[in-house]
Order: sequence, then C-alpha cells, then structure tokens
Amino acid sequence: MISFISYFVNGLSLGSVYALIALGYTMVYGIAKMLNFAHGDVIMIGGYVVFTAVSTMGLPPAVGILLAVIICTVLGVTIERVAYRPLRGATPLAVLITAIGVSYLLQNLALLIFGSNPKSFTSVVTVPALKLAEGKLTISGETIVTIITCVIIMIALSMFIKKTKAGQAMLAVSEDRGAAQLMGINVDGTIALTFAIGSALAAIAGTLLCSAYPTLTPYTGSMPGIKAFVAAVFGGIGSIPGAFIGGLLLGVIENLSKAYISSQLSDAIVFGVLIVVLLVKPTGILGRKISEKV
Amino acid sequence: MKKTLKKLLSLGLAVTLAASMTACSSGTANETAAEAAGTEEAADTAGTDTGASGGAVFKIGGIGPITGNNAIYGEAVQNGTQLAIDEIIAAGGINGAQVEFNFQDDEGDTEKAVNAYNTLKDWGMQLLVGAVTSAPSIAVGAESSNDNLFQLTPSGTSVDCTKFDNQFRVCFSDPAQGSASAQYIGEHKLATKVGIIYDSSDVYSSGIHDNFIAEAPNQGIEVVSDEAFTADNNTNFSVQLQKAQDAGAELVFLPIYYQQASLVLAQAQQMGYEPMFFGCDGLDGLLSVENFDTSLAEGVMLLTPFAADAQDEQTQNFVSAYEEQFGSTPIQFAADAYDAVYAIKAAAEQAGITPDMDASAICDAMKTAMTEITIDGLTGDNITWTADGEPDKSPRAVVIENGAYKAMD
Amino acid sequence: MEKKHKTPAVSMNKTTVNNLITYGIVIVAFVIVQIVNATGNMSSLMTGLLVPICIYAIMAISLNLTVGILGELSLGHAGFMCVGAFTSSVFSLSTQDALPAGIRFFLAILVGAAAAAVAGILVGIPVLRLRGDYLAIVTLAFGEIIKNVVNVIYLGKDETGFHFSTKNAMDLNLSENGMVIMNGPQGITGTPKDATFLAGTILILISLVIVLNLIHSRTGRAIMSVRDNRIAAESVGINITKYKLMAFTISAALAGTAGVLYSHNLSALTATQKNFGYNQSIMILVYVVLGGIGNTRGSMIAAVILTLLPELLRGLDNYRMLIYAIVLIVMMLINWSPKCIEFRKRHSLKRLLGKKEVA
Repeated sequence: MISFISYFVNGLSLGSVYALIALGYTMVYGIAKMLNFAHGDVIMIGGYVVFTAVSTMGLPPAVGILLAVIICTVLGVTIERVAYRPLRGATPLAVLITAIGVSYLLQNLALLIFGSNPKSFTSVVTVPALKLAEGKLTISGETIVTIITCVIIMIALSMFIKKTKAGQAMLAVSEDRGAAQLMGINVDGTIALTFAIGSALAAIAGTLLCSAYPTLTPYTGSMPGIKAFVAAVFGGIGSIPGAFIGGLLLGVIENLSKAYISSQLSDAIVFGVLIVVLLVKPTGILGRKISEKV
Repeated sequence: MKKTLKKLLSLGLAVTLAASMTACSSGTANETAAEAAGTEEAADTAGTDTGASGGAVFKIGGIGPITGNNAIYGEAVQNGTQLAIDEIIAAGGINGAQVEFNFQDDEGDTEKAVNAYNTLKDWGMQLLVGAVTSAPSIAVGAESSNDNLFQLTPSGTSVDCTKFDNQFRVCFSDPAQGSASAQYIGEHKLATKVGIIYDSSDVYSSGIHDNFIAEAPNQGIEVVSDEAFTADNNTNFSVQLQKAQDAGAELVFLPIYYQQASLVLAQAQQMGYEPMFFGCDGLDGLLSVENFDTSLAEGVMLLTPFAADAQDEQTQNFVSAYEEQFGSTPIQFAADAYDAVYAIKAAAEQAGITPDMDASAICDAMKTAMTEITIDGLTGDNITWTADGEPDKSPRAVVIENGAYKAMD
Repeated sequence: MEKKHKTPAVSMNKTTVNNLITYGIVIVAFVIVQIVNATGNMSSLMTGLLVPICIYAIMAISLNLTVGILGELSLGHAGFMCVGAFTSSVFSLSTQDALPAGIRFFLAILVGAAAAAVAGILVGIPVLRLRGDYLAIVTLAFGEIIKNVVNVIYLGKDETGFHFSTKNAMDLNLSENGMVIMNGPQGITGTPKDATFLAGTILILISLVIVLNLIHSRTGRAIMSVRDNRIAAESVGINITKYKLMAFTISAALAGTAGVLYSHNLSALTATQKNFGYNQSIMILVYVVLGGIGNTRGSMIAAVILTLLPELLRGLDNYRMLIYAIVLIVMMLINWSPKCIEFRKRHSLKRLLGKKEVA
C-alpha cells in the first residue's frame, strides 16, 4: 500500500510539471488557435537562463527566475512577431510547420551556445521534503512547490481572464477573432500578450522541470513539451483547469503503468489511454462540446 | 499555376544555398590545413607545407552525431580524434605523409550516417574513424565493406559493428561488458541481490543488460528487479528505483550513460535509497557533468577502460590537452577516439601504406596490420586486435571516492 | 505551361495534362540521373541520396492524400512507414535463402504495403471519428505506440519455426542454427540491400498513378467533398466513414511501401525518434505544407528539396542545422504569408489568370 501511494505521489510530481507546461500550451492554443510546438524549447531556454544566472554567475535564484521570465517573455513575443504573425490568415498548418522550424532553431541555437554536454541543474527549491509514514513515504520539496505553483497560476490565469479587460479581450479573440476585431479589440496586441504570458509561464515551468529532474540539455524541453501537449488535449485543449487535470492524470497514469504493467511500454500505455479518452469524449475531459453549424 | 513561382522561389533558395555551400566545403578543407600548419609551427618543427599541397596526405574521415540527442558522444569523438590528428600532424604525420581530417554529422541516425559516409567518400576519405553509435556503425559498415574501406569505430559496442572483415573497434562489445560486469560483481561478492535499471530503447544499454542477465545466474547473482526506461521517458526514475528498493536490491546495476545516471543518483538520494551502484563505461563522465553534486556519486563503481583522472602520464597529458583545447573534461568516447587514431597510425606504419594508394588497397593492408600491432592507449595497455575486429584489453574497475576515481583491484 | 502550348491540337483536358507533367517530371528526373550516372559525374553522396529521395517523395505523396485530399491532419504517418519497414524486413530475412532477390523484394513490397494497410484500417476506424487537432494528436499517439511496441518485440527463427518474445533475445530459446530476426531495440540488422533507384522511381510512379487517379475519380471527388463540407456531403448520401477510411488506408499502404524501401536501403533498422517517431511524421508534414497542401507534385518536389538541403548544407559544419531551421522558417513565410502571396500576385499579374491546379 505504501508503495502504491508512493508511486501515486511521484506520479503527481511528474504530472504537476506536465500540467505547468500544459497551461502555457493550452492558453496559446485557446487564443491564437495554434499548436506552438516551440513551447517546449522556450522552457529549455528558461532553464538555461536560470542555470547561467544562478550556477555560473552566482546570482540568487529569485533573480535568476526573474531574469528567465523576462528573457522568455521577450523571446516569446519576438517569435510571435517574426515567425507567426506574418502567417496570420494562412492555413493553421503553415503556422504549425513554422512553429516546428522555430523549435529546431531554438534547439540548435542552444546547442551552439551551451554545447551538448548536459548541465546539472541546482534545484531552486529550498522547501524541505515531507516525510510521512515513518519515513517510508517521501514527498520532495519540488513536488510540493510545483503543485502549489501550478494551482496558483491556474487560479491567477482564470481570474485574469474573467476579471480583467485584457482577459476578456482574450476570451473574445478565442471565441471569434473576426467579431472581436470588429468590436474594436486589438487582436494582434491580445495575441502578443497571450504569447508573453505563455512564455513567462514557460520560464517558470522550465525552472521547476529542471529542479525536479536536474539535467539540462538543448533537448530537455522537447519530450516534456510533447507530453504536455498530450496532457492539454487530454484535459480538453483550450481549457485552463483541463490542462491542470490532464497534466496530473497523465503523470499518474504514466507512473502507475510503469510500476504495475511495463516500464518499457509506459509511453504506449499513456498514449493508449489518451486514445480511449478521446474516443469516449472527443474533446477531452473538460473540453467544450463543439456545436455543429449546418 | 501560381504555385510554380513558389516552387521556383524555393528552388532558387536551395540552389543559392547549395552554391554557397560548395564554397564553404572547400573552406573547411583549407581550414584543416591551416590549422595543421598552425599546430606545426607551435611544435616548432620544420615548416613544411602540410595539407595545402593536397597531394600526398592521408585523408581520415569521421562520422558521429554532433547535433541531436547523442551530440555529447559525437562531439567527444570529434574532439578526441582532432586532438590525436593534430598531434600526429605536429609530429610529422604517418609514414612521412601528412594527414587531413574531416568529420561529418550523422545526427545519430542510420540514414544520415550513410549520407555522411558518402560525403566523406566524395571528399576522398581513405580511412574511417566512426561511426560513434551502434546502429549508424552497422549501417555504414554495409557500405564500407562494399567499398572495402577501412573502418574503425571508437565506440560502436553492438556485436554487428564488427561484422565485416574491414571493421574494427576500440571499445568493448556489449557482451563483453555485460558478462564482465556480472563476473566482477560475482567474484568480488559485492552483492547477491541486484536490481537493474537500463534504457530499453538504446542498443548499448539493452545489449549489456541482456548479457548481464544471461551471466548473472552463473555468478550466483539474483536479479530481483529488472526495470527499463526509454529515450522518450528518461528523466523520471522514481518507479524503477522504488521497485529496486522494494525488492531489496543491495546493488543497482546501471548499464546506462552518465547523463541519466546523474538523475538516477539524485533521485535515489531524494527518496533516501542508498544501495551500491555499479555501471559500465557509459558512466564515465559522471563527475564532469557541469555543476553536478559529486557527493551523490560517492561509492559508485564502474567498469571502464578509461578514467579521466587516472594518474598515468599519458592520460594526464591527454586530459590537460583536451581541456585546454575544448574547455571540457574528456569522456571515455574521446579516449576511444584518440586511441582509434593512434591504432590507425600504428597499423599504417606496420603496413607501410602511402597516401597515393587507393582506399581498397589501404584497407587490405590495414586488415592484416591491425592484428599485428600492439598499442599502449588511454583505454588500456598492450591493446591488440583479433581478425574479428575485437580489441583485447581489460577493463579496470574504479570506485568514486571523494569526488575522484580510485582504482579497485 | 509550355507543354500546354506545344500540344494545342490534342484536346486533352487540363487535369490530364497536369498529371502528365507530374509523371513527366519523375521520368525526366530519372533519365537525367541515369545520364549523369553513366557519364560518371555523380558524387557518392548523390548516389546514396537517390533512394532516400524516393522514400520521402512517396511519403509526401502519401501524406498529401490524408492531409490535402482527405483534409485530416495526421501526425503519425511515420508509424505506418515503421510497420512497412519492419514487416518487410522480417519477410526478406526469413525468406532470404528461399527466394531470388528480385521476387523477394517484389513480395516484400507487397507484404510491407499490406501490413501498413492493415495498420491503417485498425488505426483509421477509431481515429477517423475524431476531428481536427484531436485527430492529429491521436495519430501522433498511434505513431508513438507503434514505435514503442516494435521496440519490445523479439523474433527469431529456427528449424522449428518462428519464436516470439517480449522479454529478450535469450527468451526465444532458439536452437543452435537459429537466427534472431528482430532483436528488440537493436532492431533488425542485415536486411538485404534490395532497394534501388529504379525500384524507387517505379514506386513513385505507381503512387502517383494511384493518388492522381483517385483524386480525379468519382471516389476522389467524394473524398474531397467530405473535406470541403462534411455535413453537405453526408446530406447528399455520401458514406463518409467509408471514403475516409479508404483514403486513409491507401495513404497508409503507400507509407508502408516507403518503409519497405527504407528498410531495404540500410542494413541496420531500428525504431528511434529520429526515423519513425513524431519528428519524422512532422518532417513529412513539412514537405506537404511547403509543397502546397493538396498539391501532389508540389509536395513531391518539396520532399526532394528538403531531403537534399541538410546534405548540401554539410559544409557549414556546426551551423548546419541552425541554417536549416532558418531556411525552413523563411521558406514557410515566403510560401504562406498572406502579405508575401499578395506581393507575388501584384508582381505577376499574368499568373493570376491561371487557376489552382488541384484544389
């Protein structure tokens, strides 16, 4: 029983990282209607910024995270401006491919700047681990911090969208871009803002991802990025609570299938569950039902 | 037909690039020559015109991943080879002829490896150091055996990497490492209950794993937990570690690379699990991961032919030269590559080949010569080769103590 | 266009001419390559790239059927290539002594295509119920599952027949003369190198014949009507599921053929992220989008260019993949940005008169 709980908690820990990344994915998707495949790589850049600031330059972690947030925000907005905005109005597929191009670009840029050698990331989390059941069950500080951060961000995002003017503008753009424009909403500005927020989240996700799994290479972001994308779809892409739930579920399923079924096939099992969920609920767990217009 | 224009544009772009590239390729060759000349001046030898003349030089090619997930290994091999080549150039070359070196990226992919091989062939390669990883080595092997071009892989561990008679390797093969590890653990009675964590999507790791499992019963070792991970899922090891812990494993065998091992160690510590850890040569490099907390690696044992902080003069010279030139500590891949170049030099001198011979004739001479040479390399003393292409050397067991390697008996 | 002016007397309709141009390009390319080859001007690199070019051209044609004609985004196309590659390799290795090379390769192609088609049906039945990005993610998931499963299969053969295991090679209990065919993650080694440029070209032509004829047939129009307006198509009595599944299966079978070429071109076959993972699927999607969604000829040409590009960029050393990424982004912007399209339109009024080839 203890080991089951332990697998479960470790799954939550993994899932909370997925959830955090998925939040950025789902937000950009909800508003800009594009799969930003470069999101995982922005996370990686965030990780490198924190690493350089904290481990190489010796700055305090808080400053490092702040720097990462700023740099990633600028990066995200720049990417949107240079690579995605010119394609507004073109087929979504063209934007998807460009996003992949950006992803390759960021990976290879990082490869040239930081080299291929893995860096060991010093955790920025100072919260001590929680020991339960006479020390048989350990919940690491990283897990606690990631889950709390994730919840805070989720609530903050939901509030932001519900309560602020800019948030309402985002909602309007995601509902109907053309109509939003006609109502005098600055669509370009709103989408840029979305990218800014999404990339800032990526910086935080990068920091926590690397704290929980302390290794950093130019390819660190790509697999978690894809998994988070799956998580976002799982929960219903476009839905902020959905991303959270999807992320946690994905992490737990992955860990439990590793523990009880097969450690080699855990990815296959995760994807299998995803397929089943989508077949039963074609828009994900919390996805809205799309009404058909005839 | 408006798309025609699009196509023309794309085509134009590609052609322009292609054109610029041709210029670049020739640039690379010149660079190597210039570099060669530079090294030579530094070594203060007679200022002969090396490489630039283009006539009498040995052309040595290299293949490995310098982009993509396996870039660390390819880069190490590229650097290790470059270092050895520079030394040889400074010392006057092989059989009085100078050498040129050209390294091509294969992204760790079989198809790209064959492309890289063909690129090198166009360049005029006579001897090949590569490929770095197993599957590309096998794919390139089919081509090189067809062309009868001498191939020496520094680090392709899979059995099939030396399938043809023109193929040799510097590292141990997977079976050798797997059973040697089991034997070492058994003979030294390190543990009877062993857990394994390996990368089932990696040829190197699963190769060692399979052979370890086969040999374990003979050594009185009981494998109590046998858990895999895959390249797509290689950061979270909590489950694998916990299974080992629950099964009461006293020793965890890690036939994996150091990048993942650094994570395994960190996570084991997080969960308060402290078994013995035992690995193969893939673990070498653990201590040089930037910013790695070396206290985590305390007590880790590994069976490796090379250790960057070995005290012998040869290793120390190599490590300091490498650090100076490339700014990082060499891993075993770099050492294998370095030895590969010197093995080629030794065999070339034994066979008395000259640069004006064609690749096939060189290969025939080298095949025999490889089995006749003995070299004292970084990865072993008195290394000899069998006609099968396998090196005969013995691994050294080392243990990490106080953040440094210490030889075990 | 020139071709059309040359043959005004023959009253062929526009699509036929268009199709003939497409076939013509392939045949002319083949002839040119043969001439260059015969005069000995072909570099080893180019010689080695001929078969991969065919492979990716077929993949592009095949995916264009799903994405361009059927209108569904598939991110798992490399999975079908993987199925075709492994089944055909197993077939070739197990019949290596029994059959002469030519017949064996021919049968291997059929086996690979058939296996991929079966996979296409199995995947297609559930997946095609979904739409848009959800369909995309599920195909991605299937591609990853196929890759993941292939990596745990151990298959061996001896006098007593085939042995199968999911544990490891020792578990197969092969007799002395037994041969391990599929060795888990180590994949298959020693597949005979049967793939040639001629075979590749023929397969491209066959793929083109299948796809182009399909597009311009009654079935093809039904498929495209599903793409353009599903509800309208359904309301006029078109059996959506049937046509979707049909297009998807054909597309999978063609991808399987490409897989056969792939595995019979390299002696080491492993299923990695690079060759059969989502990265590859996306790469193929890049060909389709760059070449023009729904434009079979365009995607074929894009596949050729993008297969050559990274090889031609080799001289750039470390900057190679970086430049490749930049070129990719720039090409996408030039080809798809509404501003660029408008700019081109303004500067080539004459071309405005021409209509879309295959829409």
